Amino acid sequence: MLRDITLGQYYQADSVIHRLDPRVKLVTTVCFIISLFLVDNWIGYLIAGLFLLMIIRLSKVPFKFMIRGMKSILFLLIFAAVFNLFLTPGEVVLSFWKLKITREGIRFAAFMAVRLVFLIMGSSIMTLTTTPNNLTDGLEKLLGPLKVLKVPVHEIAMMMSIALRFIPILLEETDKIMKAQIARGADFESGNLIRKAKSLVPLLVPLFISAFRRANDLAMAMEARCYRGGEHRTKMKPLIYRKADALAYGTVACYLVICITFGKILL
Amino acid sequence: MSIILDHVSHIYEEGMAMEHAALKDINLVIPDGQFIGLIGHTGSGKSTLVQHLNGLLAPTSGSVYFNGADIHEKDFDKKKLRSKVGLVFQYPEHQLFEIDVFSDVCFGPKNLGLDKKEVELRAYAALKQVGIEDEYFYQSPFDLSGGQKRRVAIAGVLAMKPEVLILDEPTAGLDPKGRDEILDQIAKLRKETGITVILVSHSMEDVAKYVDRIIVMNRGQIMFDDAPKAVFGHYKELEAVGLAAPQVTYIMQALKEKGLDVDTDITTIEEARIAILKALRG
Repeated sequence: MLRDITLGQYYQADSVIHRLDPRVKLVTTVCFIISLFLVDNWIGYLIAGLFLLMIIRLSKVPFKFMIRGMKSILFLLIFAAVFNLFLTPGEVVLSFWKLKITREGIRFAAFMAVRLVFLIMGSSIMTLTTTPNNLTDGLEKLLGPLKVLKVPVHEIAMMMSIALRFIPILLEETDKIMKAQIARGADFESGNLIRKAKSLVPLLVPLFISAFRRANDLAMAMEARCYRGGEHRTKMKPLIYRKADALAYGTVACYLVICITFGKILL
Repeated sequence: MSIILDHVSHIYEEGMAMEHAALKDINLVIPDGQFIGLIGHTGSGKSTLVQHLNGLLAPTSGSVYFNGADIHEKDFDKKKLRSKVGLVFQYPEHQLFEIDVFSDVCFGPKNLGLDKKEVELRAYAALKQVGIEDEYFYQSPFDLSGGQKRRVAIAGVLAMKPEVLILDEPTAGLDPKGRDEILDQIAKLRKETGITVILVSHSMEDVAKYVDRIIVMNRGQIMFDDAPKAVFGHYKELEAVGLAAPQVTYIMQALKEKGLDVDTDITTIEEARIAILKALRG
């Protein structure tokens, strides 16, 4: 069940998308998210969907894997959709008891759902095809100009990479702790809300303790290797743009133009 | 009363790129009261196997029977199974969470729905069984030494009064003294209560002295399943898969080659002492 969370995981494969420069992937993801919020008709979402589908196919990440990741946000999705469905004012289509479903509500709820699904898929495909190290390298490079403004770019990138790196580790740890407690008769599923919350204590205490211990060990290991932040730090594999990256930028630009033209301006 | 594994296979990440078979067609009978050593190097599938015994993992194909009932039938009470088949994981840090040792050990029996008095009696008895003194009862479990933590973790499972006790690498990370203490304690416990014990380990040395049956796992399959002496007779094959017979077995082999008339199927130092003395005098 916990293994179903695919956000932040890396999927090992050899594909065009995997080999792209992480900066390209970051920019693409940001562009994709912006496009999702700009478009407000079905054609726009159709184009975004096709674009996403194309990237997923190119990345060689099995579609099943992506769907599995969606399961974990199903609750959020339904929650958001239901609220939009009932609470948007406008032309009433259907009403029973005190609840009213409006035409605008249906539209909003559907858009919201599609937007959320695309958003999660779009950002998962980035983390699935980029190792955390690569991702932070890219981020650091992209945010580089901010150094002039005394923004600690390297430190931010480092923190992000550590956070990303720890997601799978802590997930695995949670899995193990859960198993150990289930073996002692713990029950994480049944009971009312208060009992369920209480049953999490045997899970959270060992998890927090282990997270702190890991953080401590990591800090020690970094210090032992004389880590001191970004100054004068060189890279073993500096990021260099190649032909495929330029091509990718071009594709993204085309996508943005098409998507916004059809999704916003034309109709 | 026994556990039976019938053609059990387990595949992780089925249908994904990382797919790999951790268990391949395992058939196993674990009768009551045996002391079993389950041996294999890292990644041989031994941890996966033991998690099938108490229903934490479900086999991809095949079935697991406990006392004649299929544990993955719909109406099978898994909670009860887990109180009967106690599994202690490798790292005590994964299960200790209470403010003191005593309440932590109470967690298991409390989950069984017993009344307070019974819970405390069981916790007390379990802590005594693993040799934790009264003075530690109200200390935080996180302040204990590695060996003590492990004992408390074992007590936490023992307090549920299991019929089968499975210990996943109970000696990992302990010094030789701590290791011997824990293993001696487990052997004593088994003698007193007569429960089935399955000791998971990657070290032959650890288990040779105690168990009456050794199961060797390699690449998700059972390689040998026999009495210790018979298994160590295959020491050449064991070496080939990265395992080794106890060192004393090698010494006896070498002595025999040098012309001393001793048995070569010896697995403990005590046996070796007697055999060598006998050969020298004889």
